[in-house]
Amino acid sequence: MTRTLRHAAVAAFALAAAAHAAAGTLTIESWRTDDKTLWDTVLIPAFTKTHPGITVKFNPTSPPEYNSVLAARLASGSAGDLITCRPFDVSLDLYKKGRLQELNGDPVLANFADSAKVAWQTDDGKDTYCVPMASVIHGFFYNKKIFSELGLKPPATEDEFFADLDKVKAGGKVVPLDLGTADQWDTSQVVFTGIGPNYWHGEEGRKALIAGKAKFTDPQFVAVWQYMAKWPAYLAKGYQAQTYADSQNLFASGKAAVVPAGSWDIAFYQKDGGIDFGAFPPPVKKAGDPCYISDHADIGMGINTASKNQADAKAFLDWIGSKEFAELYTNKALGFFSLSKFPIDVQNPVAKQMIGWRATCKSTIRLNAQIMSRGEPSMENELWNVNSQVLNGKLTPQDAAARIQAGFSKWYAPQQK
Amino acid sequence: MKQKFGTHVLVFLAPALAVYTAFSAWPLLATLRLGLYSTDETGATHFAGLANFQRLLTDEHWFGHFRNALANNVEFFAIHTLVQNPVALLLAALLSLRGVRGAAAYRTVMFLPTLLSVVVIGFSWQLILSPLWGVAEKLLGFVGLADHFAPWLGQEDTALPTITLISVWQFVGVPLMLIYAALIAIPEEVIEAAAVEGAGAWRIFWQIRLPLIAPTLGLVNILTFVGNFNAFDLIYAVKGAIAGPNFSTDLLGTFFYRTFFGYQSEVGSATMGAALATLMFLVILAGVGLYFLAIQRRLQRLAS
Amino acid sequence: MRGAPRRASELGRGALVHLTLGGWCVLVLGPILLVLLNSFKTRQGIFDAPLGLPTAETFSMSGYHRVLGNAAVLDMFANSAIVTGVSLVLILLFGAMAAWALTEYGFRGNRLLALFLAFGIMVPIRLGSVAILQEMVALNLTNTLTALVLVYVAQGLPLAVMILSEFIAQVPQELKDAARCDGVGEYRIFFQVVLPLIRPAVATVAVFTMVPIWNDLWFPLILAPSEGTQTITLGVQQFVGQFATDWNAVLAALSLAVLPVLVLYALFSRQLIRGITAGAVK
Repeated sequence: MTRTLRHAAVAAFALAAAAHAAAGTLTIESWRTDDKTLWDTVLIPAFTKTHPGITVKFNPTSPPEYNSVLAARLASGSAGDLITCRPFDVSLDLYKKGRLQELNGDPVLANFADSAKVAWQTDDGKDTYCVPMASVIHGFFYNKKIFSELGLKPPATEDEFFADLDKVKAGGKVVPLDLGTADQWDTSQVVFTGIGPNYWHGEEGRKALIAGKAKFTDPQFVAVWQYMAKWPAYLAKGYQAQTYADSQNLFASGKAAVVPAGSWDIAFYQKDGGIDFGAFPPPVKKAGDPCYISDHADIGMGINTASKNQADAKAFLDWIGSKEFAELYTNKALGFFSLSKFPIDVQNPVAKQMIGWRATCKSTIRLNAQIMSRGEPSMENELWNVNSQVLNGKLTPQDAAARIQAGFSKWYAPQQK
Repeated sequence: MKQKFGTHVLVFLAPALAVYTAFSAWPLLATLRLGLYSTDETGATHFAGLANFQRLLTDEHWFGHFRNALANNVEFFAIHTLVQNPVALLLAALLSLRGVRGAAAYRTVMFLPTLLSVVVIGFSWQLILSPLWGVAEKLLGFVGLADHFAPWLGQEDTALPTITLISVWQFVGVPLMLIYAALIAIPEEVIEAAAVEGAGAWRIFWQIRLPLIAPTLGLVNILTFVGNFNAFDLIYAVKGAIAGPNFSTDLLGTFFYRTFFGYQSEVGSATMGAALATLMFLVILAGVGLYFLAIQRRLQRLAS
Repeated sequence: MRGAPRRASELGRGALVHLTLGGWCVLVLGPILLVLLNSFKTRQGIFDAPLGLPTAETFSMSGYHRVLGNAAVLDMFANSAIVTGVSLVLILLFGAMAAWALTEYGFRGNRLLALFLAFGIMVPIRLGSVAILQEMVALNLTNTLTALVLVYVAQGLPLAVMILSEFIAQVPQELKDAARCDGVGEYRIFFQVVLPLIRPAVATVAVFTMVPIWNDLWFPLILAPSEGTQTITLGVQQFVGQFATDWNAVLAALSLAVLPVLVLYALFSRQLIRGITAGAVK
């Protein structure tokens, strides 16, 4: 008698425990350690207000480790329910391995334009596996005080750009152009893909490369490296050992006039009273040329197929695709712009300025983000290498173009004709 | 004379072997096995024999990186052997002299760098060597060498030696402690006997103490070799897994990390990574084996 | 003959010794003091004048506030302490036992076992990560400190065995034979005769086994990243953002994280001296 009772008690307890476990805990995997406070104090409370009974934990992993740690966790089944998705190939690979839930038909996806979703779709566009969250825009920041002291205006053309920098250099007091090559990624993801679209005409050039109709050795691409090769004269002494953090600190302490930056930097430069700075888009070649900006889909969110809480995860994703989230994230995560179609009132002045470029310039994503980096050698790593070397004066623009093209045509069939 | 086998041997060995086999040897072997397989994009693995190894050693892209990383590793090891170990030997010898006041304090201080995390080491040395913040430049200026300052960490030909010296700075404490413990263990009578016979400090050192600590020196060499050829953390902290500028600081460890776990858009390949790890293991095994055959025997003959 | 010239050369030698030792200490302390000093400055102060002492303007405890204000920090220290402490004890115990078995007893496969153990340090440590993680998932040990201890013990054993074997081999044969003649059992010989004699080596192994465990980021990240089980090294990483590192907090956290290791080291350092003097008195 007692034994049956005990069995029953154990069974009941187990059932209750299982029910409790299923009823509403979600863990989010992410690389945005910067956003932890935002999630804990603003975003998650906003979600739980309308979805009581679901507990959400935001569990970021330090950025350089995220990809490798996530892969390890997914492979062993210890990853969280919601996965913050890197754009393009990294997440596509996870989807192909069956780690991310396919989201086709989810009504919330209608809130996003196709150009936003493409970062999280299979090549044929048939399957979507992450809800887009935010994009970042690339440009230049300039120190308003230094500019007004020297009587300079934000440059619209390249000639004006170099003229401004020359004046700063002649003044001898601050660094004209704040950029280092030690970390490499900024030379590629901020500089090359930021200033390049004006040369290769944004989406037009990018799609031509993918279709095999253009080559990196064509003049419109070589010209970008030739433009970059003129920059070392304006960089700080010893820039080869200057890291991204160094660049940030240099500009933040008012010791540099112009810094190539992404919209994500707004928060950093506005902290602690900060300096008075403005933004300008990458200068065009000649006055009157159409302008292009790099408007890069950066963050999305998807569901771990091994999640034990699919229903709640779906509910959370639907909230991610809602107007409420779009407004909150755009205004609180400075410099990250919602990818949704909702019109959002951006409050921060510099962010507002940058998102305003979408109206005056044509948007494009980072050149090699889609398809081009998936071969061997990975074009992303090659570009980092080549762009730093050009800025270091170790590689000529022609050799840089030749190397990227050689790596590209080595594995990509349309380029092998 | 070694004792016979008995159950007590098993008892002594069992705990270590159990934990080690379960949580280190087996996972490593299981993953190394992957080197014989290849994955397709859905994650399924197929047996591929030696195809991965062939690719690593013949494909220009892979072999270029492998050769570069191997060469860098040899340079890394050479600098450690020529700088770290002699410095450790010198410091240990000085510390172990009789009547050195404050030896305990010196020892504590000298071991400090080894206690630090690579984040601290990376940050402080990058700050010191940074051309923007001018610390090293100023210090060199005090001795009139300010003109010789250069952004060493950012230049292809100086980045690796610079990082290696930072690594030497970090790890001198380890051989220092080992050699010190060995020097201290030399019985006093041996030293006193030699001193009574009129031998000076130098002769005592070269002809008595050094040969007696030969086995420890051998251990130090092996540990340095193995440690250097698996080195990863400092480069990762200072230069990231891409080991710039232009792969001049790329070691086998960072090359392995990029291959196995991927880097940025480059998706990781456990199978190629495993093949690379196997090659790394063979390189280390060859090095250690060579060392044992060639040098250690001679050192031990010296000691006896 | 002892006399004035001898004393002068001794003095000279003494000065040279202290100059060399002191010189290296300066090289060692410099960068460390740099980090410590800058942990008390504002971000502006750090990068405006990195070599400068914190002035009235640049002095700031904000980094420490942010670090210590985070209630979890004390737990993280505790986690690090538990994992490091328990792993250390097990590594030393199991390692010494295994080293003793391998050096003292001749049996078939002795060499092979030694090589098998050495295998662990010849392969990049992170290689087995996924397999280890899968094991922990299967054993239901993810997000526990036990998982970390098991992995660190497994990782630390090869080196410990290698080094301890070296020192055990130097224990005089007469001592062991004498004990055996007296009819002392093998276990007592190990624990009461041999172990005390290799105390300097044990202390040495302890010191540099505990450091990689304390400072490790990778395994806590994949095995125990949950809030309750985070180690202090993992906790520091939360201040390292994708684009904007909170340098005050990172430096403060790292300065704080060095303290326990320093204390442990000082403790073991004393054991080292005791072991040495005990051996000398014999």
